[in-house]
Amino acid sequence: MSKIRVLVGTRKGAFVLTSDGTRKRWDISGPHFGGWEIYHLKGSPVDPDRLFASQTSSWFGQIIQRSDDGGKTWETPGGEKMPDPYDPPAGMSNKFVYDTSPETGKPLTTHQWYDGTQRPWEFKRVWHLEPSLTDPDVVYAGIEDAALFRSTDGGQTWQELPGLREAKGHLWQPGAGGMCLHTIILDPNNPERIFIAISAAGTFRTDDGGKTWRPINRGLKSPHELPDPDAEVGHCVHRIAMHPSRPNVLFMQKHWDVMRSDDAGESWHEISGNLPTDFGFPIAVHAHQPETIYVVPITSDSLHYPPEGKLRVYRSRTGGHEWEGLSKGLPQQDCYINVLRDAMAVDTLDPCGVYFGTTGGQVYASADAGDNWTPIVRDLPAVLSVEVQVLS
Amino acid sequence: MIRVILPAHLRTLARVNREVTLDVEGPVTQRSVLDTLEARYPMLQGTIRDHVTHRRRPFVRFFACEQDVSHESPDAPLPDAVATGAEPFLIVGAMAGG
Repeated sequence: MSKIRVLVGTRKGAFVLTSDGTRKRWDISGPHFGGWEIYHLKGSPVDPDRLFASQTSSWFGQIIQRSDDGGKTWETPGGEKMPDPYDPPAGMSNKFVYDTSPETGKPLTTHQWYDGTQRPWEFKRVWHLEPSLTDPDVVYAGIEDAALFRSTDGGQTWQELPGLREAKGHLWQPGAGGMCLHTIILDPNNPERIFIAISAAGTFRTDDGGKTWRPINRGLKSPHELPDPDAEVGHCVHRIAMHPSRPNVLFMQKHWDVMRSDDAGESWHEISGNLPTDFGFPIAVHAHQPETIYVVPITSDSLHYPPEGKLRVYRSRTGGHEWEGLSKGLPQQDCYINVLRDAMAVDTLDPCGVYFGTTGGQVYASADAGDNWTPIVRDLPAVLSVEVQVLS
Repeated sequence: MIRVILPAHLRTLARVNREVTLDVEGPVTQRSVLDTLEARYPMLQGTIRDHVTHRRRPFVRFFACEQDVSHESPDAPLPDAVATGAEPFLIVGAMAGG
């Protein structure tokens, strides 16, 4: 029988939840890295026992942790002294330095600040780690201030892909959570193509393995945030999602509006339909039904909790426009939590499992594609991220 | 022998007890102590001072002999009591109470 592993990042540590394929009883391991913010942890699709975690603190900065046994033990890759002088320098796994090399011709640039003035890029933290689909030693990191880094040695050392900031970086600006690169989607059919999303800059695509990038935001409207109705960048994209069988179809939860693209981001159209509000953070696609998508509507940009104090996931089986509220097992009164952008995931069992974590410290799971929900853990610190692995 | 006391989170990261002892070559300064500490415990690189500029992280402070020496030059000699091991060099996280 399959085994399920849920990786939960919180404000005060990481937790690893495991269950068998019935998804009824869960064992909880943690907190790992207690007291530290764990923005994200994710396993390698090639080697599921290889996990990467972003551990961060306002006091002591960024740490990258790696496990090679499914989260039982962790190490800081490169954190130990290297016995051979020809080995890579130690202690570089948390060294994220923006590219300023004359070789690449991509000097450190500036971006827009909240007040419209220009500010230099400053590293804050890693928001998202995306392991390669084919190589367990390759992993991408989305960071704040927004940039994309790649490691090809299992997280020991990191190099920026500086071409991204050439895509009108001077017009990017921080959202309320900072100027973060929070979404990285690797195209399973085309190793040269990567999609990323930044708050508040928008969505970008490379077709040459990360050397050059261009904004793909045509059709996004941000009348309350941007003066130019046709702005090419500056949009506050909260999350994008793709079904691996259809890499040209993308779904987006924007600051306001739920959007869809059928041409790999060349153009977007709104699919908010009958949602009670089209503000929210996460968006996910059913593992076996590429037209079934999930969002968690949040009241507004100033009221980061569910409408009417009722926590409801909304599911569309039609690729958008028509949505149904899913509330069985979810609190339907006095609920004022939020669900953050990296805190929703699906498993690949049949029926598809759906999982999300809340700022109130619960992780809810549905083993029947959203019809019924149950908390598989509660009273954790505020949940920042949720990922799911199916282990054979 | 220099005695260095680390904050709790960095002790966990470096897998050490409250106090570590270091042999520092040459003049005993903030820079020489931190260089030696990071060489011994590479996982601490970047957590106390910036990787590139080597400037102290904003929420980190350095105490010695009941004095805040955070704003002293990194190349200024630390007190003799620290250099002789009579007193520890304290690395602390900035106050963040409720």
